[in-house]
Amino acid sequence: MMALRHLWKLTWLELKIFAREPLGLIGTLLAPPLTVVVLGRIFGRIPTTSPRLTTFVAVDLPVFAAIFTTLNAVQSLVTIVSIYREGGILKRLRATPLRPQTILSAQVLVKLILTATTLVLIVLAGRNVIRVRLDVHLLSFSVALLFSTLSILSIGFLIASLVPTARFAQPVGSFVIYPMLFLSGLFVPVDALPNGVQIIARVIPLTYAVSLLKGIWLGDAWLAHAGDVAALVAVAILFTGLSARFFRWE
Amino acid sequence: MSSVISVAGIRKAYGSTIAIDDVSFDVVEGEIFGLIGPNGAGKTTTMECVEGLRTPDRGAISVFGLDPVRDVYALQQRVGVQLQEAQLQKRITVWEAVDLWASLYPKSADGRRLLEQLGLADKRDAWFMTLSGGQKQRLFIALALINNPDVVFLDELTTGLDPHARRAIWDLVRGIKDRGKTVFMTTHLMEEAERLCDRVAIIDRGRIVDIDTPPALVARHCPERTVLLTTVDAGAESRFRAIRTVDAVTRADARYTIRGRGDDLVTEVIRCLSDHRIHVTDFRTETPHLEDVFLKITGHSIRD
Repeated sequence: MMALRHLWKLTWLELKIFAREPLGLIGTLLAPPLTVVVLGRIFGRIPTTSPRLTTFVAVDLPVFAAIFTTLNAVQSLVTIVSIYREGGILKRLRATPLRPQTILSAQVLVKLILTATTLVLIVLAGRNVIRVRLDVHLLSFSVALLFSTLSILSIGFLIASLVPTARFAQPVGSFVIYPMLFLSGLFVPVDALPNGVQIIARVIPLTYAVSLLKGIWLGDAWLAHAGDVAALVAVAILFTGLSARFFRWE
Repeated sequence: MSSVISVAGIRKAYGSTIAIDDVSFDVVEGEIFGLIGPNGAGKTTTMECVEGLRTPDRGAISVFGLDPVRDVYALQQRVGVQLQEAQLQKRITVWEAVDLWASLYPKSADGRRLLEQLGLADKRDAWFMTLSGGQKQRLFIALALINNPDVVFLDELTTGLDPHARRAIWDLVRGIKDRGKTVFMTTHLMEEAERLCDRVAIIDRGRIVDIDTPPALVARHCPERTVLLTTVDAGAESRFRAIRTVDAVTRADARYTIRGRGDDLVTEVIRCLSDHRIHVTDFRTETPHLEDVFLKITGHSIRD
């Protein structure tokens, strides 16, 4: 009970602190929906009779947005944890009755809340620009997104645990994220990749996130994606465990 | 007086570097106890072991009879901590920090009053990043006192502060003691230790060299006293040499430097002046300080 109260207090405080940094606020919350508006204007002028474009707008674009927002959250999680470590903030918080898991969960919660808010803003922005009828089960998609985000955030946490300084955090994060992105089936279907590369793609957690998100967006049953969910949960458990083992407070 | 902190033979190594070895001391209830030594001597490592932030490789620590590592959460209710080189979130306000800390303890002091006492009342809505060094340290003292602790840990509290801010902080530390709390502090500033600490432990290269009150340490290791005086009396030099506790007399024109040992030197020089009606135009004494004690027993200056 106590820990939950502390978690909420710290999460709320971190959200307020985040909102005070204008660049972070604009970059995280406002830039993505603005991009949608701008891109939407451009695409909006193209006749929507093109079936490929319609598929892109109806299927790929939402999954793109979801994945990019999540990866953005990972990057900023890695950065903030390393800044907090370097500045001795983590150490100072740890020397209080706050439990370590509360301190770290608050950071993850902040990222989840920001991710959700960004996505809602993207959807609101997109609704006015791209007029494609969608019959998507939003609740299902949100749950799928939650699984994916937690799983990918756990990778971010492991990076944050291992990276020594904030200056390293950004490049290391990118080094992990961008190759994953290209192999995840987001741009090129996994089946279309060369054989050797396919094997790599199969061990990348992001591949399962993309598969799950695309599937659920298209209305697949959850049962069809049990494998994806299992993979994502396994990744989350494994990476959370590893970061708990290797986490450095200072 | 019962001992609040008891440290017995602790050792801590980082890889092949032994940070502290065979460190033992007791901190008594109600005193200001200082761990003094140069940077890298093992002060912070020792303190963080006592705080439960680090686990010693061997040895035993007890704070109120609790094991700092095993009983860390029970201990946190009774101690207040200020860490060396800690920061808070850049854009957290003073009040938000105090309010968060207060919410973490079942019983907390009145945050508003604490900020008033520490001179931060008008800074309550200021972001942490906008505070001066002295204000940050005062905020950290407020956070260390928020749970009304019985023991307060202060690690290099005044490092990086200007002399004015430093003096203000010293007054605050005395105030903590006056409220009946025990203070365990580290410093590499000998003047600070001399002015604040009831007892000090000198630590050098990871080992405790000696423990006592500052005057006792000075008396034990540096019994030399020096009297500097100015007189035109022609017969003065031989009179000074005749004093029992005087070891050496040097002279430059009318200025004499009289060296000797023991607390009686000054009294005997004054008696000599009065007995022989020697007229002096200047008179002062030089007493060794902790700084000299450190140099004497470690063979190197604390500033090295």
